[in-house]
Amino acid sequence: MDITLQQTVFYVVAILMSVFSVMTVTTKSILRSATYLLFVLFGTAAIYFILGYTFLGAVQLMVYAGGIVVLYVFSILLTNSDKSINLKICRSKMVAVLATIILGAALVLFLIWTNGFALNVIPEGSEIALKEIGHALISSDKYGYVLPFEAVGVLLLACMIGGILIARKR
Amino acid sequence: MNTSFLDYYSIQPITSWIHEALCSVMPEALAIFIECVVIGVVIVALYAVLAIVLIYMERKVCAAFQCRIGPNRVGGKGGLMQVPADVLKILTKEIIRLKHADNLLYALAPYLMIMASILAFSCLPWHKGAQILDMNIGILFVLAASSLGVVGILLAGWSSNNKYTMIGAVRSGAMLISYELSLGIIVLAMIVLSETASISGIVEAQANGWNLFKGHVVAIVAFAVYLIAGNAEANRGPFDLAEAEQELTAGYHTEYSGLHFGFFYLAEYLNLFITAGFASTLFLGGWMPLHVAGLDGFNAVMDYIPGVVWFFGKTFFVVWLLMWIKWTFIRLRIDQVLVFEWKYLMPTSLLILVLMVVLKVFGLVF
Repeated sequence: MDITLQQTVFYVVAILMSVFSVMTVTTKSILRSATYLLFVLFGTAAIYFILGYTFLGAVQLMVYAGGIVVLYVFSILLTNSDKSINLKICRSKMVAVLATIILGAALVLFLIWTNGFALNVIPEGSEIALKEIGHALISSDKYGYVLPFEAVGVLLLACMIGGILIARKR
Repeated sequence: MNTSFLDYYSIQPITSWIHEALCSVMPEALAIFIECVVIGVVIVALYAVLAIVLIYMERKVCAAFQCRIGPNRVGGKGGLMQVPADVLKILTKEIIRLKHADNLLYALAPYLMIMASILAFSCLPWHKGAQILDMNIGILFVLAASSLGVVGILLAGWSSNNKYTMIGAVRSGAMLISYELSLGIIVLAMIVLSETASISGIVEAQANGWNLFKGHVVAIVAFAVYLIAGNAEANRGPFDLAEAEQELTAGYHTEYSGLHFGFFYLAEYLNLFITAGFASTLFLGGWMPLHVAGLDGFNAVMDYIPGVVWFFGKTFFVVWLLMWIKWTFIRLRIDQVLVFEWKYLMPTSLLILVLMVVLKVFGLVF
């Protein structure tokens, strides 16, 4: 038994994430579901921090936990309450759910068996410098990301213009 | 500039000595765990003590602005024991459980609030070598952590099952999300100026002059915009319309009692302190003493004052500025608040960002 501190933290976070993921889809109240989703996203951010990728961890917290979940909660607050929705799960949906679960489990097991459990290869405590990430994002070299970066920028601009058009008073 | 003279007061040697001493008697993992627990207790204790100090200061400053005396009965001269007595009183209050409300979310919301606040609080640069969370993206993490408080406010408002709390929560949520933009853009401009996003790096980049003086007029305007946006983020001052008591009783925490209400109250005061602390980090040099490039004798004298004194001095000065604003201006309406942010403050902060980049690129900063 030689478990490092990093592994212990990883297991705790992983178990919490699994529990909250299941609770997200099984709870009846839609706002509780959003709250459990928030905890899953916290867990994801914690995993990034364990990996030393602090930038992605902070962005995960800012965009998902502070942005997307707030958006969810806002839209839940401003629309009908969930008591008026009566969902029945029919047979075809059940089959689809089962197929998705089996496919997902197969994918995860395939990844683990072909690559091994990757936790031990993680370099401990090495942060990626912000400068490196920035240069990679706007470089047009072989491993540069300038094209996806610009594409996402244009997509966001289109979303903003669409949002303004919908909200505009005529 | 040579910064080795700042090492008189650095507590780095002590902390690494403690770490080595612990490691020599136990495995490293256990040592790190114990250190984390001790630091956590220290943070929470400091959080509570600072809240008491800030509440006392708020009551005295408010009284001074309204030509009153303020608390003066409990605990001898100056009413020093008034706030500790209030704390004891709030600890004995009953925590009410609501009927027909989501009790899980109702109980969870204050903890979300206080968690976001403590996460941001533990990033403050107290002293050289005494920073608790220091990452290379430090200031970004602070923005991320403080944006979590909105979820707590929204959940508190919804789960109380009350129209007033709901309106208060939606107002407050809309305001916090809006002012986060200006705050983020200003922080980005200061990252450009100091060329790093790590909090210790930002402080050390100000060894030859504080950012407020390095960035000409742009930095001074940025400081003003930061104070306005930060004041709104802390839900205070003219922006406390979430708890406009004439219309909304007490906003999103109307239904809370006892310690749960205490958590909201605590988070509000500590958010004020955090806003002020990061204002002093970004613009006034954190724990860095006042240095003027060229005046070496003056700089050496300033270095004899420990960093923690500088940090608390600057932070409480900014806290006092924010209290002055709060007790001077009247409360805004929600439409005024949102129009002010989206039509004036955010374009201004975008302009500040562009100007700061231009200044930096052409080397016009000091």
